[in-house]
Amino acid sequence: MKPPPFRYVAAESLANALALKVEHGDDARFLAGGQSLIPAMNFRLAQPAVLVDVNPLRDLDYVRVVDDGALRIGALTRTRTLEREALVAERQPLVHEAVPHVAHPQIRNRGTLGGNLAHADPASELPAVLLALGARLRAQSSRGERWIEAQDFFVGVFTTALRSDEMLVEVEWPALPPRTGTCFMEVARRRGDYAMMGVAAVVTLDDDGACANAALAYCNAGATPVRSAGAAQALVGARTDEQRIRDAAAAAERDLDPSGNVHASKAFQRHLAGVLTRRALQTAHARARR
Amino acid sequence: MTTDSHQIVTTVNGERCERRVESRLLLSDFLRHELGLTGTHVGCEHGVCGACTIHYDGAPARSCLMLAVQANGHAITTVEALAPDRDRLHPLQEAFREAHGLQCGYCTPGILMTMTAFLAENPSPTEHEVREALSGNLCRCTGYQHIVDAVLLAAARLRGSSRG
Repeated sequence: MKPPPFRYVAAESLANALALKVEHGDDARFLAGGQSLIPAMNFRLAQPAVLVDVNPLRDLDYVRVVDDGALRIGALTRTRTLEREALVAERQPLVHEAVPHVAHPQIRNRGTLGGNLAHADPASELPAVLLALGARLRAQSSRGERWIEAQDFFVGVFTTALRSDEMLVEVEWPALPPRTGTCFMEVARRRGDYAMMGVAAVVTLDDDGACANAALAYCNAGATPVRSAGAAQALVGARTDEQRIRDAAAAAERDLDPSGNVHASKAFQRHLAGVLTRRALQTAHARARR
Repeated sequence: MTTDSHQIVTTVNGERCERRVESRLLLSDFLRHELGLTGTHVGCEHGVCGACTIHYDGAPARSCLMLAVQANGHAITTVEALAPDRDRLHPLQEAFREAHGLQCGYCTPGILMTMTAFLAENPSPTEHEVREALSGNLCRCTGYQHIVDAVLLAAARLRGSSRG
């Protein structure tokens, strides 16, 4: 298999990469880790006329904490770095827990945060994690920059709110409030395969131990990562007990409308969503109490 | 469209290598067809089977998901560089032979490149960790059990030799 011919340009700077995108529009694609784009090109599903390799833009590979405690990560940061960077584990343990499920080690060595998110595969783990944590994404173009909330970023299957002249350059996760516990779980046929269902759970308790806030987001449960408002409502405002957690799991099963696939029927995916919601909430709640 | 090509300078198995390559040439095909390093096998060509795994700047990567032009200024290591010399195998290769870690051998180069890097980072893995590290490489002959045995055998020997 060979990709069709294209013009390759190694970006000299961010400005250079963005200018090329202005010039060529949708005929140009950014090449980051290439772990989704290159296979699509090998199959000739993607046939960009110009490939702008952004790997030379090392300035976009960083993990840092800003003044308000938020974690900012550059789009060119490898998935493997997310897995190993102590700041990520410490500040955003949900990200740390989810990334080992992202494909296989060889792929995590190359794949990038920005590439994963801009690809917007609804089965991907990180979009659901961003949604559950209320992260926001910074898009840059020759015209300037703008921030996009995670809930507005994922528009459809393989489709984001990024405009044709924009590049995703950074993701920001707000600092977790005190007494917050998180948990990521998924069921896949084999480690690293796409999940049949996955859940990212975030629970925050108030001073009295009641649930002040909860967010549950799911991967491979629709055209985009999806939240279950019903599951969160079942928890907020009361002390979390087994019955509440079972109610939340039942609400998630009702809320979600997965499409079903070759590995799991729609009914089985719903069932998994219920089981994973219950288990993830038990763990997240226990972690919030620590 | 005229052919888009680029002059690249790369290091392959420790040797400097300068070539002109077409933009769309995959790194896997560059290694096999241009350099004659046919130890890197090509299976699925879309990042699923792991047979084409090489080291890119020391870290395992799938060479079918990279372009040859991306090797410019970087170091590539292939399975040909594992054995220390013509008469000796790498301890992991030796263990594969003894523990029957291969039958047809098609997947073996990719697994060797994946697991040498894994053992360098994790010298005392559990069986579970070995199986997870193998998840990105498909083998259709062995049922994996003998591969796991071979990796654990090599790990034990490598630990022994580093102490000695």
